[in-house]
Amino acid sequence: MPDMKEKFDQLQQVIAELKDQPGALMPVMQKAQGIFGCLPMDVQKVIAEGLGVTLSEVYGVATFYAQFTLEPSGKYIISVCLGTACYVKGAQKVLDKLSEVLEVPFGKTTADGLFTLNPTRCLGACGLAPVMTINDDVYGRLTPDDIPGIIAKYREKEQA
Amino acid sequence: MENFITLTIDGVKVEVPAGTTVLEAAKKAGINIPTLCYLKDVNAIGACRMCVVEAGGRALQAACVLPATEGMNVKTNTPAIREHRKTLLELVLSNHDKKCLTCTRSQNCELQKLCRDLGVENGDRFAGAQNEYAIDNASPSIVRDNNKCILCRRCVATCAKVQNVGVIGATGRGFTTAIDSPWNLKLNDMACINCGQCITACPVGALYEKDETKQVWDLIANPAKHVVVQPAPAVRAALGEEFGMPIGTCVTGKMVAAMRRLGFDKIFDTDFAADLTIMEEGTELIGRIQNGGVLPMITSCSPGWIKFCETYYPEFIPNLSSCKSPHEMMGAVVKSYYAQKAGIDPKDIAVVSVMPCTAKKFEADREELAGTGYPDVDAVITTRELAHMIKEAGIDFVNLPDEDFDDLLGESTGAGVIFGATGGVMEAALRTAYEVITGEELTDVDFTAVRGIEGVKEATIKVGDLDVAVAVAHGTGNASKLLDMVKSGEKNYTFIEVMGCPGGCVTGGGQPIVSAQDKMTCDPKVLRAKALYGEDAGKAKRKSHENEEVKKLYDEFLGKPNSHKAHELLHTHYVKREKYSK
Repeated sequence: MPDMKEKFDQLQQVIAELKDQPGALMPVMQKAQGIFGCLPMDVQKVIAEGLGVTLSEVYGVATFYAQFTLEPSGKYIISVCLGTACYVKGAQKVLDKLSEVLEVPFGKTTADGLFTLNPTRCLGACGLAPVMTINDDVYGRLTPDDIPGIIAKYREKEQA
Repeated sequence: MENFITLTIDGVKVEVPAGTTVLEAAKKAGINIPTLCYLKDVNAIGACRMCVVEAGGRALQAACVLPATEGMNVKTNTPAIREHRKTLLELVLSNHDKKCLTCTRSQNCELQKLCRDLGVENGDRFAGAQNEYAIDNASPSIVRDNNKCILCRRCVATCAKVQNVGVIGATGRGFTTAIDSPWNLKLNDMACINCGQCITACPVGALYEKDETKQVWDLIANPAKHVVVQPAPAVRAALGEEFGMPIGTCVTGKMVAAMRRLGFDKIFDTDFAADLTIMEEGTELIGRIQNGGVLPMITSCSPGWIKFCETYYPEFIPNLSSCKSPHEMMGAVVKSYYAQKAGIDPKDIAVVSVMPCTAKKFEADREELAGTGYPDVDAVITTRELAHMIKEAGIDFVNLPDEDFDDLLGESTGAGVIFGATGGVMEAALRTAYEVITGEELTDVDFTAVRGIEGVKEATIKVGDLDVAVAVAHGTGNASKLLDMVKSGEKNYTFIEVMGCPGGCVTGGGQPIVSAQDKMTCDPKVLRAKALYGEDAGKAKRKSHENEEVKKLYDEFLGKPNSHKAHELLHTHYVKREKYSK
């Protein structure tokens, strides 16, 4: 894994490549997120200085688009479908249970950096409603009671 | 020749130059289309949709960004449009705190006026979830209350585009959108220059100055304190507006009378200190020219500009004149010379500055500005705050007699008066420098090349054998352009005047607020400057070095300009500031 210095060097390279293009801000931010996994303040400052825009502008874009994140995501990204089918089948209760078990609000990452809890739009698996994914694993026909067991499985895997 | 087009607005034919928007064309047809997010020359983004009109398209269109075209038939007042605008206002109100009774902008609020004019009957029609924000009052100058913000972005555009600062912006999305600094930082933790231009851009009460009137009332009420007040040049050119007088009315005499009735012990004039500044700054400039000092020298009267320079152009710190700003000079002189003459212990004297400026509140807190061991200035209130105190005291301002400043530090020349307008400090300095350098009398004192509201003004002035290249910039965005040209070597000057606010102090962040609608038909920068130039022209003395009280101050106390004592009391130094404090 590259250390921070290498990552910032990479970022400077990206800025140098793109800075003369019109509308360079978004592509630079996307690449920066690719390098760092998120867009923390120090990274946004470098982007602002490098492109000659204000930090307010960078931050405004970062908080406008859902694809950008200010904090690092967890190792396991939990996406809970809140599409119509899942919602009527009780997805909100599943989401609330996850928030309770993980002790983390929607959109945030657990203190140990393991899980990020993301409510999402339709995942396209309505037949399995309510459905969630944890990275590439799909869980369907969920009830809130299923949640503690599923989370425990991942925690055990990490301890092993 | 300019290309003209003809269109019809509500049945009235108007002819306008090509490129005119429907909003501007409607003004010509005698129609004030309502606006909220539009601010002439600053913000035209069609975001608030208040200004929608029917212009033949399939939907209503925003007039502020709709170019007028030949033969266009525009309707601005149909049942559908009226209903649309009313609904918009009701939606804005659904996430607004509606505390008009205690709002600083009550009766001067564009949202309030529109609700009244457009007949909004039910402010709770769309009652539901409402955002609640903590008030940011950490800055010594500016308070932000997002509970009143309507997301028009006029402040954002002013901060970023006009001032080239950009410490606030739109954050988040949808219902959680807020005008804020990155990471919810407080304004005071950002590289805000405290200019307050955001305040004068705000249509509602979401931005206002940090109120110090309570401290001032307390000082006046304290029998142990001898309270000296001083108004800046620009205050007299705008204060009358708060009492219904036309923009550009000069109210010097009434202002003094009102201050006396408020209970201040002495009323001195910052214009006197402006003349004093010219003596010090002019001498410093001549010294730099003759002794190979750092040039161009740049003026230091504007604390917003100073903080901008310290933060964004620290390489120009050696170019800044070491002179304190006029009101700080006055404070230092009051607590030394005046204290001695009047036999009052400086610790018992309080100096209150009335300024067109919110950055002066920040400046007064700078620790180095305490020439006598006591802060030069104890409290700074804006023109608006002074007006508020006059109203609170029930003083019938409009019918006051004209009164004079107190002697000793109350005399001023026309040169001091024009400090309030962009180019004024430059012109005042040239009037004195010319006579000091050449030893000849200057007969035509009007240096019109440095007047006016062009963003960057340049002139070469013949002073004896010397060709003095000068430049004037107002608004820190224009200052950036000028400094970039100096930095690249493209331009070379001997002397530069910079004022932090567009127009100079007359349109400072502490001045009476003119609505966006009124700014479409008049320019307060021009009208208020005219009031100052008028007062200058009417003065018997128009050169700072002819000010008898200033001469007396040097004879009796300071010695010569730039003397050791003058340096101790009237000069200062600057610090490089970080752009990101965290």
